Parts: sequence; structure tokens; C-alpha cells
Amino acid sequence: MSLHAHLVVERPAFRLDVEFHAAAGEVVAVLGPNGAGKTTALRALAGLVPLSGGHIELDGAQVHHLPPERRGIGVVFQDYLLFPHLSALDNVAFGPRCRGLGKAEARRVAAELLDRVGLADHAHVRPGRLSGGQAQRVALARALAVRPRLLLLDEPLAALDAHTRLEIRAELRRHLAGFDGAAVLVTHDPLDAMVLAHRLVVVENGSVVQTGTPGEVARHPRTDYVARLVGLNLYRGEADGNRVTVGDVVFSSAERLTGPAFVAFPPSAVALYRSRPDGSPRNLWRAVIDGIERHGDNVRVHLRGPITLAADVTPSAAADLDLTPGREVWAAVKATETHAYPA
Amino acid sequence: MLRRLSPAAILASVLSLAACGSSSDAPASGSGASKSLTVFAAASLTESFTELGKQFESTHSGTKVTFNFGSSATLAQQITQGAPADVFAAASPATMKTVTDAGLASSPTVFVKNTLQIAVPEDNPAKIESLKDLIDPKVKVALCAEQVPCGAAAIKALDAAGLKVTPVTLEQDVKATLTKVELGEVDAALVYRTDVIAAKGKVKGIDFPEAAQAVNDYPIAALGKAPEPGLAKQFVDLVLSQQGRDVLTKAGFRAP
Amino acid sequence: MTGPARGRGPRARLPWPLLVPAVAGLAFLVLPPAGLLVRAPWRTLPQRLAEPRVLEALRLSLVTATIATAVCLLLGVPLAWLLARTTLPGRRLLRALITVPLVLPPVVGGVALLLVLGRRGLVGQWLYDAFGVSLPFTTAGVVCAEAFVAMPFLVIAVEGALRAADQRYEEAAATLGASRWTVFRRVTLPMVAPGVLAGAVLCWARALGEFGATITFAGNFPGRTQTMPLAVYLALETDPDAAIVLSLALLAVSVIVLAALRDRWVGTA
Repeated sequence: MSLHAHLVVERPAFRLDVEFHAAAGEVVAVLGPNGAGKTTALRALAGLVPLSGGHIELDGAQVHHLPPERRGIGVVFQDYLLFPHLSALDNVAFGPRCRGLGKAEARRVAAELLDRVGLADHAHVRPGRLSGGQAQRVALARALAVRPRLLLLDEPLAALDAHTRLEIRAELRRHLAGFDGAAVLVTHDPLDAMVLAHRLVVVENGSVVQTGTPGEVARHPRTDYVARLVGLNLYRGEADGNRVTVGDVVFSSAERLTGPAFVAFPPSAVALYRSRPDGSPRNLWRAVIDGIERHGDNVRVHLRGPITLAADVTPSAAADLDLTPGREVWAAVKATETHAYPA
Repeated sequence: MLRRLSPAAILASVLSLAACGSSSDAPASGSGASKSLTVFAAASLTESFTELGKQFESTHSGTKVTFNFGSSATLAQQITQGAPADVFAAASPATMKTVTDAGLASSPTVFVKNTLQIAVPEDNPAKIESLKDLIDPKVKVALCAEQVPCGAAAIKALDAAGLKVTPVTLEQDVKATLTKVELGEVDAALVYRTDVIAAKGKVKGIDFPEAAQAVNDYPIAALGKAPEPGLAKQFVDLVLSQQGRDVLTKAGFRAP
Repeated sequence: MTGPARGRGPRARLPWPLLVPAVAGLAFLVLPPAGLLVRAPWRTLPQRLAEPRVLEALRLSLVTATIATAVCLLLGVPLAWLLARTTLPGRRLLRALITVPLVLPPVVGGVALLLVLGRRGLVGQWLYDAFGVSLPFTTAGVVCAEAFVAMPFLVIAVEGALRAADQRYEEAAATLGASRWTVFRRVTLPMVAPGVLAGAVLCWARALGEFGATITFAGNFPGRTQTMPLAVYLALETDPDAAIVLSLALLAVSVIVLAALRDRWVGTA
């Protein structure tokens, strides 16, 4: 049960053109900022938005000309869209009923699924009385009840509060692991993507900008958006051996490259000094403090200068350095923590 | 406030709103007309009184005649509730009696009478020739409801003939009855001669002897509280004159 | 100076530019029916109400208004769906046409019905020749006239409800394998049920009070086509007291039915 999709959707002032695939048992996360076209892509897969071009292939069969009800694709919608006039059980039984099962048989299937998501005792509750997490589980059970070849999840955790989210995320991961079809997950949350997906497809402005395993993408971001998501400073420059030139700044890195290249390093790799430090002068430049904010246990300092970057320092270091916006500092990056890779 | 509103007043105002068929002429727009005469008249008088109104205006320059045509019963209720009318011409002595009993008019004069005819569609599909053809159950007959004068007259005529007719409908007024004939929805109806003449070309009238048993007298009176008592009297005189009679006879009325 | 009074103080001051017209509006709507109550011949009321012709007219009114509402539901809900859910060309014109019976004087509506469905009407002629069916002067004709006048109320109410309903639920149903008909039956309809009910109630009330189109199209014959409003109108000709009695009976029955419906289905909304 594999998916090959090339989705082209033309809209006034917007064009989605993305291509990706998902193998049986694989979970692919489509990751991107708001307005990137993620949800449009998902709706196109489900048949709720017509394609302007491209194709959707499930197990080698073209399905993009089929109406949504004949695609065999299960969808978990962002705010679940559980039918408010039906009990949890009848919500889950809805799909099997539509596929020709008798009422009793459909309910038996539904009860089984509700049991699997741990909601057997909520079978007769209306959606209005379910908590967010419970509703999410019912929505998942409802989508799985039609035995879909492809499961789509649209921001499955976005509507949940932080605590529930943690719990449901782990649970969803378990359910996805038990699903033998392909699954495509749309999210703007990198954590959801990293935890739930085997592979990421990063979409910006209607195009795929990067694909890879969560590890690859996290280590080697290729756009500012991805870099910000994974918490890295990212620059594009020209490599020559161990040196990468980004504007006026020259980075030295462990890798040897030639030609256009990315340089990435975490904010924690940046050290700040009030005066020019002694020793190795590499990866060192003057910068002006733009802003300061709390970031976890540390203080994140935004700097401008020849390049803009974020630096994380400990609160005590921040106090020692007397960091205030507008102050000039020296910034240094350790070469061992600087990654360079071809652009 | 509430106590002073009689039900008839409420109903009369509701009716005057609802009666979109019977229209009162628009009041004078003010150019030249210094005096205004208001005549309440039975709907069956619409054509002939409009004609007489024009004649009256031509001999009384500066006077505008305004008509309120409608069901006699409704008009009588409006008058007893204080509607500002100068002249009342009713289609039955009974409705006029409501007004005279209220002391609002005295000595009404019967100025014409109206008799019934069988009205049939122009092509007379049921081949109606006489009153007894109406008893055939296959013939669709429309009568006026017994509550309105033409209905009462129809019952009287049929009783006089000793015939029992089962109508398909009892219409609320004579014009509605006639409309059903015009549209061919019924095969025959009993309506006034005047209405048949007014609908000339669309329906055919058939006289029948029993009509003599159900003659409708039309009384007219100048009203006691008339805003224009002089003009009111002159209008009544015009209606009673030979000139008036000519117009009314042309419309199918008979002299009393 | 009690606590609750102080707490309510700022909210209790209603702005008079709203309050005065509101009270005037209420009086305007409530006083005329109240006038009927005040002037009703209470002493003779019971025996007047028990007259067979009154009961007959009342029964006919209730039966025809209910059937007319059923007809409106059967035809009007799909029509509202068509207007709300499809991109039919000329939809705006269609919607305008549907509201025509609302603005048409009912008597004119009755004449129009005669011209189309009458024995010599455009469609009626064919019905009569082919099946010997003639609608005027029949109870079916009454239903026809009432449905004609009342259906726009239902269509407009249901269309509004359909537009307000979240269509994503219908999409969700489609992804679960539901055909458009199943979606309509099992998702759309239950979700707009309150709107449909509100429309049906309006429709029923309008049909119950229908006069002009009914008397013009279906005529007036006791037991067959004489509904309460027709009986009221004719009673007015000779016996205003009887007219009041009939009006009160109609008023009472409709208020009871509407109040019962409201409690049963519309809740406190």
C-alpha cells in the first residue's frame, strides 16, 4: 500500500506543486509554515480539492479522478469534525455503514476500534461531551474504521493543550506504528513531525524545499524556515576547502567542500565576549545586540552585524556580560560545531 | 383606549387593508379641486357610478368625486364606524338598514334593481340553457356564499324553481364568482345581469323566469353626517334622474 | 443597598432609544389580538364553537396546513439544498423567483394558480384531459394554494440553515465513503434540523392563515375547501361576532401547536 503523489493545484495568486511518496507502513510528515499549502495538499489527496495537474497513485492505481467517497482514504481532520448528532460509536460506525455493512455489524466494528483507542466506555457519548484528547481518538478510530489504504492526518494535535498533546502524541505514534498502510501527516509543529514521522517533506510557498528523515533534516536544514524550526543558525555561502565565505564572514568547518554550500550551527555554539578574545581568531566577528529573550534555561541573544544570528548563553554569563540591546559584542563560533554541506 | 375599539372597527380596518380587489380612488391631488364628495357604493355599481361621477364632476367644476367600492356589508360597517362618507349606495336593503338603524341616514330611495342571470363561459361547454340544467351533477356550478347578497338571491331563485343545486364553491363575492366562469373553471354560475354585461365578451348571460323571484333592490341615501350635505343631495338626485337611469340601465340594471 | 441590586445596576439600565420602540412594537403586535379577546362573545362562545361548521372548518384548516407543510418539506428542502450547495447558473435569479409568492398578493397568486393548474390552465388542462383530475374546488386545491404561498418561508429558512452549516462535516462524511445522498440524509439534514423545523413552523403558520390564494383557487365550500380564514371572512359579512369566535378558535389552536412544538424541539432558543 504505497502512495505516489504529484499534486498541482492552481489558485489565483497561489500555486501548489509538490511531489512525494509514502511506502506502506511509512509515516510521512508534510511540514511547513502557515499558508505553505500543506492543508491544500492534504485536501487534494482526499479528493476535496480538484487537481489542476499531476496524479495520485495508490498501490499503482490512479485515484485522482475518483470522488472522495471512492478513494479509500481515511482522514483525521484538524478539529476532528465528529458528527455532533451521532454518538462516538455511531461516528465510528458511519464509515463501515457507508461501505455496506449492516447496522449491527458496523457497530461491532466501531466498538472494537473504540476499544483499541481506549474509549470503549465512551461509546454512547455525543462528541460535545468528549474532551479534546478523546475526540481526537474517536476521530482516529473513525478514520481507521473504513480500513483506508492511506491515512491522512491534518494537524492532528494542534487543537490539544500542551499536556494532553504529549500524551496523545505518544499514543498516536503507537497507533500509527500499528497501521499497515501509508500515512501522511500535515503539521507546522516540528516536534510532532519528528516524533511521528519516518520522513519529512518540507513545503514552503507551494513547493517542496527539503525531504529526508527527521535526523537529516534537523542536521542539514536547507531553508531559514527549517533552520528556525530545528533551532539552528543557517547561512548560504561559497565553500573552498575548509572555509565557507558568507558575506564578510569566513567560517571554518570540519567538512571539505567546494562551491555553493550551507553552514549551520546551533545557537549554543556561539560564544559572546565584551572585548576581542585572545587565541584563535577564526569564526570571530563584531556584532550588535538586537534583542534578548528567555529560551528554556538559557538566554537567547539576537545579534546583527555582518550576519544575523542567535546565540544562547547561560543566565550567569548574560549577567556578567551586561547584555543590553544596542551593545556591541564579539561573537565566536567553534569550528567543531559548525556544519557545512553542499547547497 | 382599548375599550373604545369596537370589534367591528378592528375588523373594518383589517378588511379595508385586506380588500385589495375593491379600491378606493386616490384622493384629489389638490390642483383646482376645492370640494370633495365621497361616495360609498356596492362593488356592482363600479362601472356605472364611475361614469356618473365623471358626469357630476363636469357639471360641478371644482368638485372631485371619490368612490369607495366594496362589499355592501363592509361599507356599512365602515360608515357606522365613522368613515367620512357623503353618500351610500347599497346592494341590498338589509345593509342599508344597518346604516339607517344607526341613525346615520334617513329615507333611503331604491334607485335600481338587479336580477340574476345564469352566466356561462362564452363557448358554453356544458350546453346550459335553463336553470334546471344546473342540477346535473356533472355540471360545475359556482354560487355566491349565502352571506353575500348575490348568494341569498341565488338561494331564493333556486327555491322558487324548486331545484336543488350542489355547487362546487360558494364564492365570497359576485366578481369572484364571475372570475371562475371567465376562466372556465365552472360551467355556470348565478350572478347579476350587470356583472354579466360588465364581463361582456368573456361570459354569456342566460335569463331565466325564476329570477323574478329574487330581485335585489339597491337603495341610496345621502348620509346624515355628510361633510358635504349639499353635494351629497345633488349626487343622489343625479342618480335618480333620467340621466342617471340611462347610465344604470346601460349597465344592466332595471328601473325599480 | 443590597448586594445583588448593586451588582445588577449597570446592566439594568436599558437604553431608551431601544426600549421605547421595542415596547411600541410589542403593543402594536399584541393589542389587536387582545382586542379580539376583549370583544369576544364569551357567553355564547362554547355553543358557537361546538357548531359542526366551525369544527369542520377547523379540522380542514389543520389537515390542509399540515399536508401543505409536508409537501413544502418534500419539495422545499431539496430546492433549498440546490440553492445552497450547488453552483447552478442563474442561482440568484432563481432565488429571486422563489420569493415571488411572498410579495405577490395572495389573490393574484390564486389567479395565477388557476391559470396554470385550473381546468383550462396550461398544465391543468392536460391533467384534466389525461387523468380527469381538476384541482380547483377540491381539498387538494386548498393544499396547493397553501403550499404555493407558504413554501418560500420554508425554502428561505432552510437555505439559510444550510449556508450557516459547516460544510466540512459533509466533506468528512464523503471521506468516510458516503455518497452525496447519504451525506445529505445522515449528516446535512440532521445538522440543519433546527432550521428545517423553524422553517416548517413558519410554513405551517402561514398555510394555516392562508386566505386569498385559497379562496381564489380552491373556492369556498364547507367541509371541502372552506378553511377557517374563509369561514371568518364570510362570517364577517353578516355576523361579526361569529367571525371573532372563529378567529379566536384559529388563534388558540395555532398558539397551542406552536408553543408545543417550541417546547418539544426548539428548546429555549
